[in-house]
Parts: sequence; C-alpha cells; structure tokens
Amino acid sequence: MKPFQYLRPKTIAEAISMATDYPEAQYIAGGTNLVELMKRGIASPSKLIDINHLPLKKIEHRYDRLRIGALALNSDVAKHKSVLSRQPLLAQALLAGASGQLRNMATVGGNLLQRTRCSYFYDLALPCNKRKPGTGCGAEAGINRTHAIFFAGNGFGGNEKSLCIAVHPSDMCVALTALDTEVVINGTGGERRVLLKDFHRLSTLQPELDTNLQPGELVTAIEVTDNAFAQHSHYLKIRDRASYAFALVSVAAALQMDGGRIWDARMALGGVAHKPWRYWAIDLMLRGQAPSEKLFREVAEHEMQSAKATAQNAFKIKLTSNAIVAALKAATGIS
Amino acid sequence: MDIDHDAIPPDVPDEDRRFFLKQSMFIAGLSMAPADFLQAALAPDDGPVGNAVKVKLSLTVNGKRKRISIDPRMTLLDLLRENLGLTGTKKGCDFGQCGACTVHVNGRRTLSCLTFAVMQHGSKVTTIEGLSDGEKLHPLQEAFIKHDGFQCGYCTPGQVMSGVACIREGHAGSAAEVREYMSGNLCRCGAYPNIVDAILEVKKEGTKV
Repeated sequence: MKPFQYLRPKTIAEAISMATDYPEAQYIAGGTNLVELMKRGIASPSKLIDINHLPLKKIEHRYDRLRIGALALNSDVAKHKSVLSRQPLLAQALLAGASGQLRNMATVGGNLLQRTRCSYFYDLALPCNKRKPGTGCGAEAGINRTHAIFFAGNGFGGNEKSLCIAVHPSDMCVALTALDTEVVINGTGGERRVLLKDFHRLSTLQPELDTNLQPGELVTAIEVTDNAFAQHSHYLKIRDRASYAFALVSVAAALQMDGGRIWDARMALGGVAHKPWRYWAIDLMLRGQAPSEKLFREVAEHEMQSAKATAQNAFKIKLTSNAIVAALKAATGIS
Repeated sequence: MDIDHDAIPPDVPDEDRRFFLKQSMFIAGLSMAPADFLQAALAPDDGPVGNAVKVKLSLTVNGKRKRISIDPRMTLLDLLRENLGLTGTKKGCDFGQCGACTVHVNGRRTLSCLTFAVMQHGSKVTTIEGLSDGEKLHPLQEAFIKHDGFQCGYCTPGQVMSGVACIREGHAGSAAEVREYMSGNLCRCGAYPNIVDAILEVKKEGTKV
C-alpha cells in the first residue's frame, strides 16, 4: 500500500476544501470497500480524508420526505422506524446485503460509491477498462457468468458497444432507484441535487467513472419523497448462497394498489447492468390492471426482450424474468 | 465517591459498562484536581497528529487507554495483533470476507481488517481477550465449549464476538435468524450447527451478555 497522510476535517466545508486542494486525495467513511482497494493497489490516495466525524449521520422525516445523512450506517438505516414505516423496501434491500459487521461500518454515501466486484477489476495482472482505461475488458471473452445483460441503448433501438460489462454491486441502490431517490451533493459551488437514476453512469464511455460526481464533491444526504408503496413493496434477491453474497439478480418492486387494481408501479433491477437498472415501462403496463401471474409474466418478458447475454450468463435472462414475476406476486400478495 | 448507576446508558454493553464506571471515577477524581490540569485533560480533541510516516493516536482497548505511534497504513487488526500483542483476534482473509477479525468498536461488531487504526482514534475497542472476566469465561465462550462449536478454532474468536453482538442486537430469536445474522463469519471446518446451538442456548437462558 502506498503511504498516505491522514486528515480529519471538522466541517463539511473543510473536507471539501481539502479534497479540492489535493486532487490525489480520497474521502473515507466506513472503508469497507476502499481499504480493500488500497490494500490491493487499485486505489492509492496520497491523502485520506476521514469524514466520519462530520455531522451527517441524521435520519429524519420532515415535511414530505425522508432525509438520510450520508454517514448514517447501513445497520441504523435498516432499523430506523421512519424507514421501516415509510420506505420498507429500503430496509429490506439493506438487510439483504453484506453481513452484520459490514452493515455496522458501511455508510449510505459509501454504499452509493462502492466499486464493482468484477474479478477482472480486482486482479492487477488482467486487462480492465475500468481500472486501467484502454486495456480492454477481460470479462467480455472471459469468465462472465455474473456480468451485465442490459447496456446503453437497450430498448431504444439496439445495444451500444459497452467498454465494461461489470455490474453495480449494491442492493440499497436498487431499492433507492425504484423509489426515485434524490442525492444531495455539496461542492465548492454549494449544494446540488441529482436523481439517483442520473447519479451512476453506464459504461459506453469512460467506464473508469462509476458516477457523475465531480472532483472534490461530497455526497451529504439522500432524500426519498413520500409515496404510497409501503404496503406493496418487495425486494427479491437471488444469489449463489443463502446469505452474504452479491446478487446474481435482484428486483425492487414498489406498487400502489386500490380496489384490487394497481395504480402506480416502480421497478429497478440489480446485478444486470453497470448501474441499477430502472424498468421504465412497468408503470404504463401495470396501471389500472388487476394483478395476475399471466400479466406479470408478460411484463417480465417485455423487458427481457432487450437483454443481451454474454457467453456464460444466458441463464440470467430467464432468472431475471422469473424474479420479476416472483417479486410482483409477493408485492401484490397473490399466490 | 458515589456513582450514579442509572446515569449509564442502558444499551452500553457490559465490558463498556465496566469501563464507563472506571472512567466516571477517573473524571470524578479530576474534579478535585487543580483547574489547569482539568482543562488540559478535557481539552477538545483535534484528532490524531502526524504525517504520512508516523501518526500518534490514542484509543481504549479492553478498558485500557493506549497511546501509540504508528504508520497510518496499519489496520486496527494489525495494531491489535502486532503492537498490542492481542493475538486472539485472527487474520483470515484480510479483505472483510471471513469475519475472523471481528471485534467490537464502540459496542458494535466490526471487521478490524477493513478499518485503519488511525480512524479509530478515540474509539473503545473490545477484543476476545476483553470479553471474559479474568479467568472466568463469557457465557457464550462456555456454550461454545459445551456444544463443541469449533474444530480447528481459528474462526472461533470472531464467531464469539459476532455471536455476542448477534444476541445483543436481538437477532438470535431462531436458528434461521442466527444463521442469517451470523452469515458474515465463515467456518471452514463446518461447525455451524454447533455454533447456532451455542448462541441459541445463551439467548434462551437469558443470561446478560
């Protein structure tokens, strides 16, 4: 590991000014991903800005929205009463991820900013466009069982060539994408807000960039506007072992129902793309309909028409389709 | 002097409770000390001091305050094992995948391999060595022996630290719940059924852990 200087800012402004003054610096919060990246030589900041002592841990409901500070721990968010009562989908997704120890360390901001777990990204001896731009994608013709099936251009007239077929590893972000979460970002120019769907990037260009965060910017909070999905939401995660594994495929489904019919529907998929994959057409397809397995099967197969398998992950297309059906059945309570 | 036991937050685990009492007595003692000494002792903490080669920090390990000078790259795990001689905490994968390095930081179970020691300046750390009361084993340690919750024993300190936290968090209600909430601790010998039995028994007996 390269030597680094440890910095502990007392205010948000001080942290941002440190990160702006030193382009080689990196923020550290829980450290559950960054410490590994530093040990392996994938990240080598010359200065480490420890933001854990900034006042960004608060979880509160005010007016029409739930605001969660970027330093709130995953374990604290998952058991917070406002989260459980207003956005249970978020709590379900958090508890489906990582382990008790990791959830005690990992923060909401860090969860947004974690890097992919693609094995080519972690092996310095192999090519990887994300780790070392221009070296190629090792997974494209290599071991790609767990890799993406949705790419830029899917559903909009064909697949664009992707420079990286890694998937985003987060469960939390899948639920938050379905819930149309806003990310609050602070920088030298003040505060700005970005919808989570626009926060992460696809890999058509510059796959080394996971997000649209600018140098020096700091994620300070996320905000979820109140909705009517609490009674009919479900997070389904499919993985290679029963617990403590990244998703092969995951589905976050959030529905609003009344009188036996669906009136609003949001869905995001995990483990299938370079960022949490929002299923945009689902609201149009389900609105006004009564839930049934037949309807859900049609809806699932519609989205999967634009999926594109690599040599080893064709199974994901069928698996994702089945997972969408199962998640919608669980969310609507039909058997 | 009198200690107000009710003033101790109820969710402070036992090992921290003992420390809290000692600390309260220490602060009470200070109140009789000259004013300038008191001011120095309670001055606001500016964090660890140093550069990229050495950094000075202090933290509390098993109730004892430690002041150390280390390379900022040192993880909490390496600090415990290499500098403080607390080799009960084990290094398994060193990448947060196995749980062998689990310790409690400020009462929460944490992976000591994935946090830099310097980040824990001012923290209270409890390791497996601090869980027992001298020679008297913790109830979960006794239960691991009774239920044969190990073969080679390498993952055991992490399993015990995680198991105690699992009970305190209220996630030891059933075998399925224990398995889910203990999934971050791997055992390559496969002692899982016995580990689950040990945790469930301590939970069922209602012994304060």
